[in-house]
Amino acid sequence: MDFSFTEEHEMVRKMVREFAEREIAPTIKEHDRNQTFDETLLPKMAEQGLLGICIPVKYGGAGMDYISLGIACEELERVDTSARVILSVHVALNSLALLQWGTEEQKQKYLVPQALGERIATFGLTEPNAGSDVASIQTTARRDGDSYILNGEKMWISLADVADNFLIFAYTDKSKRHRGMSAFIVEREFPGVETGTIHGKMGVRAGNTGYISLQDVRVPAENLLGQEGEGFKIAMSALDNGRYTVAWGAVGLIRACLEASVRYANERYTFGVPIGQHQLVQQMIAKMAQRLDAGQLLCLKAGWMKNQGLRNTRETSMAKWYCCDAAFESASDAVQIHGAYGYSDEYDVERYLRNSKGAVIYEGSREIHTILQAQYALGYRQDKPLRCELPAYDQEEWEAEE
Amino acid sequence: MHAIVCIKSVPDTTEVRFDPETNTLIRDEVESIINPFDTYAIEEALRLKEAHGGKVTVLSMGPPKAEKELKEAIAMGCDEAVLLSAREFAGADTWATSYTLAQAIQKVGDYDIILCGKQAMDGDTGQVGPGIANQLGLPQLTYVFKIREIDFTERVIEVERLLEEGREVVRSRLPAVLTVVKDINQPRYPTFRGIRRARRMQIPVWAPADLEGADPRYFGLSGSPTKVVKIFTPPKREGKVEMIEGETPEEIADILSDKLIESKVI
Repeated sequence: MDFSFTEEHEMVRKMVREFAEREIAPTIKEHDRNQTFDETLLPKMAEQGLLGICIPVKYGGAGMDYISLGIACEELERVDTSARVILSVHVALNSLALLQWGTEEQKQKYLVPQALGERIATFGLTEPNAGSDVASIQTTARRDGDSYILNGEKMWISLADVADNFLIFAYTDKSKRHRGMSAFIVEREFPGVETGTIHGKMGVRAGNTGYISLQDVRVPAENLLGQEGEGFKIAMSALDNGRYTVAWGAVGLIRACLEASVRYANERYTFGVPIGQHQLVQQMIAKMAQRLDAGQLLCLKAGWMKNQGLRNTRETSMAKWYCCDAAFESASDAVQIHGAYGYSDEYDVERYLRNSKGAVIYEGSREIHTILQAQYALGYRQDKPLRCELPAYDQEEWEAEE
Repeated sequence: MHAIVCIKSVPDTTEVRFDPETNTLIRDEVESIINPFDTYAIEEALRLKEAHGGKVTVLSMGPPKAEKELKEAIAMGCDEAVLLSAREFAGADTWATSYTLAQAIQKVGDYDIILCGKQAMDGDTGQVGPGIANQLGLPQLTYVFKIREIDFTERVIEVERLLEEGREVVRSRLPAVLTVVKDINQPRYPTFRGIRRARRMQIPVWAPADLEGADPRYFGLSGSPTKVVKIFTPPKREGKVEMIEGETPEEIADILSDKLIESKVI
């Protein structure tokens, strides 16, 4: 048993913290207010190697482990959720799914440029009428010679309007329900692909969220990820990775709330003392500290399991559920501690509160995770081995050039 | 090209505290970082390496945990590192520090340029860079804002120095010791490749026995001519705000200028 971070993890944390504070923090308020996505951010993240952080070096990645991915998410979301979302969709939901399920050809063609940050990737599962109820998606893929013809509409897709590669889930055989779902690698350049941005979100307003419209999009058969009918399993396994990054990000948001609240509680005086002296303020701060520690431990356990190659659907769900609720509560308390100032965008905490709400909804709503955990506890749910598991982190293999 | 960069591990806080017994900085408890000014020296050395080829060696004298800062320099792209760490080196003033670093630089050998930050943000003296130059008998180019020209074949360098009264252009022979100001560049972030390299690297630790030919009487506290009589935190300055009121901006300006003349500011 060892609870310490490695020297390498500490260096990753410091590097990403500096990066976030220097490259994101100075302009985040403006982008959030104007609902604009910082176009300069992706090239900077690519140059820094963040877009392939836990991908093996031979596939263009940085060769770090899954805990480094988590730490990077924590440090990015400590500054703003929109930056963490990039790692969630590009690395966790898309690139790790290619690493887990892709053929060597698919890895060379798609994973390598994604890990290098030359192509940006996202994940297209959710639809206007299908979120938690994944099996009710309506997008279809019809086999036609050496290709599939895709039709449908994806909604609430992070980086929809920015990404080059999409992992699209569609029915190849609707009669088989979720056993008839398949996953496809779709390029923006394929005729019939159109995307747009959704404005008016409550939070993550500096993030790009949008829709993908697919009209008779011809996708080569070699772009089928996994086998026909494996789409649902691929989607769920990808969510084990996406949720993992969301959970870590939420820890970063709690950390930001705690830091801001402690600073303010020492500065602001009421009734002749700093407000940190008031017990009801202390209670809110103590709970934030508690959530930070508990949340980080849940994330670390999930990360350790990923590194070991152990199935972690239950643990990741637990971390995501707990951390996202905890972040929302912490942000709400942070606004409370800041009083009227916290209610204005002069301080960052109102942005934290707006940002934290989304994660209670996306990547498995609070309700979905509650039910999952009940099912695990009651013995109604067991995870069966997958045909392709996320590979365990092997330092030597990850760092090998060939 | 071989550049040697001297860095210092300093506490990561502006709230530096002193031990009233020994009159030295309290280094425990607080996280340490590379002295911020030294990161510009590292960056400049890495840029020289990129432009001219060669290698960068980073050198530090400090406690064993200063290895962390050397590893960070490796993660930024430096090639080699050496830590000078021993009980005998402890408590050194700027003279003894310069002496010890100069001895280590001679042992590393084969250098073309030595770079330091203009000063450390804890001790704030700015003396170690020039001290090293003096010990090695090398030209010293302090407060360097820009390297205008450098030629390792002709062994000449031309720099712009940032001075209070303006800028000064100086030419010198190489090798030389440069101390750099923060306007010279923007330090890079560590890279993942660098972090992986830093993890694998075993940083050599040198003690007095490793510095052959050095006079042990000049190390550490006993080798320090500086005697610190007293160090204290100055009392906070009491500021006072006075709002100047008047009918017109001209009137307000007149009152202000009178007050400034009265208090001998202008």
